[in-house]
Amino acid sequence: MSHLKTLAPYEVKSRDAVENYKGKQLLYINWERHRMFSRPFVLALPPETPFSVIVDQYMTDCFSYHPDWKQIDWNTVVWQNGNTPFTPDRNKSLKENGIGHKDLIRFRTPGLDGIAGTGY
Amino acid sequence: MDMKVAKKLGLKERYTLMTRDLAWDTTYQPMDKVFPQTAYEGIKIHDWDKWEDPFRLTMDAYWKYQAEKERKLYAILDGFNQNNGHLSVTDARYMNVLKLFLGSTPPLELMAARGFSMMGRHMQGAGPRVACQMQAVDEYRHFQTQIHSISNYNKYYNGMDEFAHQQSRMWYLSDGKSFFDDAITAGPFEFMVAIGFAFEYVLTNILFVPFISGAAYNGDMAAMTVGFSAQSDEARHMTLGLECIKFMLEQDPDNLPIVQRWIDKWTWRGTRKLASVGMMMDYMLPKRIMSFKEAWEMYVEENGGALFKDLARYGITIPKCFGQTIEEKEHVTHQSWIGFYMKPQATPFHTWIPTPDEMDWLSEKYPNTFDKYYRPVLEYLDAQEKAGNRFDNKTAPMNCQVCVSTIKFNEPGDPMEMCFRESTYQGEKFHFCSDHCQEIFDNEPEKYIQTFISSHQVLQGNCEPDGTDVNAADFKPGQNMLDYWKLDKRALGDFNGSEDQKNFAAWREQATKN
Ligand SMILES: [Fe+2]
Ligand SMILES: [Fe+2]
Ligand SMILES: [Zn+2]
Repeated sequence: MSHLKTLAPYEVKSRDAVENYKGKQLLYINWERHRMFSRPFVLALPPETPFSVIVDQYMTDCFSYHPDWKQIDWNTVVWQNGNTPFTPDRNKSLKENGIGHKDLIRFRTPGLDGIAGTGY
Repeated sequence: MDMKVAKKLGLKERYTLMTRDLAWDTTYQPMDKVFPQTAYEGIKIHDWDKWEDPFRLTMDAYWKYQAEKERKLYAILDGFNQNNGHLSVTDARYMNVLKLFLGSTPPLELMAARGFSMMGRHMQGAGPRVACQMQAVDEYRHFQTQIHSISNYNKYYNGMDEFAHQQSRMWYLSDGKSFFDDAITAGPFEFMVAIGFAFEYVLTNILFVPFISGAAYNGDMAAMTVGFSAQSDEARHMTLGLECIKFMLEQDPDNLPIVQRWIDKWTWRGTRKLASVGMMMDYMLPKRIMSFKEAWEMYVEENGGALFKDLARYGITIPKCFGQTIEEKEHVTHQSWIGFYMKPQATPFHTWIPTPDEMDWLSEKYPNTFDKYYRPVLEYLDAQEKAGNRFDNKTAPMNCQVCVSTIKFNEPGDPMEMCFRESTYQGEKFHFCSDHCQEIFDNEPEKYIQTFISSHQVLQGNCEPDGTDVNAADFKPGQNMLDYWKLDKRALGDFNGSEDQKNFAAWREQATKN
């Protein structure tokens, strides 16, 4: 229950409602145990964007600075949308993969725990 | 003829005549219409006269004291500036403390001035009204003197001139801005708990230690004097904050749960806000005073702990977040510095990797965490820089919807894992850095769905330099961030190789050699 107290009726809209993104939606991406980056980063993309673009373009651009990136065995990667495990289909779109506005994609690379096992 | 000589008034009488006696109850309009904000937060006040004036200071005496302080302060500032005082600081990395401070602190002093001016209007009792008015003037003074002391450095070093423009635009300044925006849009009693109590009483020393002692240790007489001059006002501010808490709790038992919720909220918000202050202490001051961890133990755990023990007789319990802040004190500064280091193109101050000596100092101060979690990363980044591959992360960060920190803090109990929390409100997801921020959101979602998150605003096309045609066919949001932020290119990048570094070395050489 909201504790908000106001002097007058108070109706406000979310500043990040999906309508504000002109056909795009926000997506956050986090590489678990690799906290060296702008941590989870955020993108605005049309829901039709194929999942492969996320990996091949955006994730690669950001994460390839990390020495672990080349070591990833993509067959063992564990994916989550928020706290829910899921298996993305590379060739399907964000929408078809069930990824909505402001979803957080987390991926774990077993055996790779960052620089000297620090989680970074 | 006998002259009637009026007896000189005692301090207490004088105070009464000059404050409470000047107030009156209105008759043309009912008092609750004149003071519309005193009741809506749910705080019940039965008798404003029960407010104890902790500081019996009248306005005329106030002006006299403050004028004296200003005279002394500006004499020292002038001397420092005329003697090229900037060349006496430990090393040019110190200027970056000033740059970060300038962007983050004076604008918030100004917000405090605005907030206390509002309190001076909306508090119904004459005692608190006068005290709040004085504090408003103090805060305005802090805002001005901080800028004045740093303005001299602005003649020589890069990245200081656009701090006012950057305040409401830069990604890393959003946390402080949101902190004050949240406080000032609350009612008067919550504002008093937020700023008067949580910030001024519980956390203020953590801000003053790096600024005053840090300035003193590093040869910056100007900033040190400004700090001392401001600190002499703090005793009054702290007493006002504490008196307000006690007053609310004594007036009505129904006030307790509300006050407790505010204390929990604002102690946490303040803690998050101070992560970057801790980073100044551990990473940015060339000559260290003490570690952030030590400062936290002394000022927050010990002093704050004693304070909450004292408040227990009113039914107040230690803020919920206390345990988490104790665990985090060994991590947050390292996490924050790496966070800034990775963004050399997005701050008006330089970053760098600590020297081997400095890393040893960090190992000694953080025996449980530094070598295990942070040293290897810093050494890796150092090696990369030396190989010509300095880290420059270009992506836009995810932020907490409440405190607006970038999401970077670890899951409590597991330093390897990132902490994520999320709530859904009206069908939309919202993300948080911690349980405490999530709880703040869940208590008042209407407020926090409006948070200004810089990365999101960029993606909406709202962060463009003047004159950008956002409807052009080839418009891509966020392509001109440096212009939008008015970031001086000379102020970007690593400290090594910066113009500041070269100039400081050259000028010091001129000043000390033949
Ligand atoms: Fe202040
Ligand atoms: Fe203050
Ligand atoms: Zn937060």
